[in-house]
Amino acid sequence: MADLLQRVARSRDVEAFRKLFQAYAPRVKSYMMRQGADPGTAEELTQETLLTVWRKAALYSGDKGSATTWIFTIARNLRIDKLRREVSWQPLPEGHAEEASDDPAPDEELQERERRVRVRAVLDALPKDQAEVVTLSYVEGLSHSEIAERLGLPLGTVKSRMRLAYDKIREAVEDLR
Amino acid sequence: MAIMHHPDVATLMSCSAGSQPEALAAVVSSHLSMCPACAREVGRMSLIGAALFETIAPVEVASTAPIVEARAGEADNPPPPDVRPSGGAIPYPLQKRLGLTSFDDIPWRRLAPGVWDHRLPLTEGATGDLRLLKVAPGVKVPEHGHEGEELTLLLDGSYSDATGIYRTGDVSDLDNTTEHAPVSDPDRGCICLVASEKRARYKGLLARLLQPFTGL
Repeated sequence: MADLLQRVARSRDVEAFRKLFQAYAPRVKSYMMRQGADPGTAEELTQETLLTVWRKAALYSGDKGSATTWIFTIARNLRIDKLRREVSWQPLPEGHAEEASDDPAPDEELQERERRVRVRAVLDALPKDQAEVVTLSYVEGLSHSEIAERLGLPLGTVKSRMRLAYDKIREAVEDLR
Repeated sequence: MAIMHHPDVATLMSCSAGSQPEALAAVVSSHLSMCPACAREVGRMSLIGAALFETIAPVEVASTAPIVEARAGEADNPPPPDVRPSGGAIPYPLQKRLGLTSFDDIPWRRLAPGVWDHRLPLTEGATGDLRLLKVAPGVKVPEHGHEGEELTLLLDGSYSDATGIYRTGDVSDLDNTTEHAPVSDPDRGCICLVASEKRARYKGLLARLLQPFTGL
């Protein structure tokens, strides 16, 4: 996938872009719907996310994160801007000139993949109550208080479950900084 | 001076997920601009979002890829490196929003002797309260608890309570389990950015803050 993104970035490769769309659009749309968009809006936001990928591909740098992480970040930012229609106080960087590079060093790309594999493994192995709050936060887009309300838990319990989950994740990727 | 008090890990996760109420997000993003350690941590947390993103069940997409052939030239040039002006004590994200670089230029509203505030508008429909608070030297805020999530970022001067001294860049991340009675710096007072996810709640705090002056 990082490969397709590089082709879009370097040679504005339309065929590579189409493949990226096919690979990512169904998940971006699903993400937007889980975040509360109706199917029509989700479809529009999906188009917009992938268009942003096209426009900003040159800013993508493989050594800062995988294609998936980058596209997730773009979807996340668009979701705040367009779905909540809020001012983005919290846009995560989508790439800066100083960070762009032609080819990520192979070991960095490997490390990034390894990190994601490990995070995934930790998430899969989380106790159900911890996995639940993490998913509600990242996928359903609920604030801590909304999660507390939804699950009928004290706010402090929600936060401590989030913390416990992250402790494990951090431990799993600590040696790969 | 090194930052000693950071937001709770759960607070940073909510930021990384993009699911933080706007007022709280303002405080976290201002802190991230001052604290490379937390900025790195939030960067690492985006792996969680990406990993979960891969597990989402795909849904059928009705439309095809946007026609980009005609948009070949429509590429954003890499933005200039994010130059964060170091002059002025107002954190960069806040500067952008206020259009001001100095605390002296803020149109402070006097609330009571030694206490001023300046409210920052939130998006219509967003709940919560976001404001800058300026407190004269040596003012003691009566003991109070908190409800929901409340974040305070110290921007100038300091204050202290039972949990320690808070200086520039420090964040006090409180929830309903904490009670405190902060006192502002005896020489410099303090300026802070205060966010509460519940607006009504903030009014209560304000009333208590003003109690010694207004006898509410």
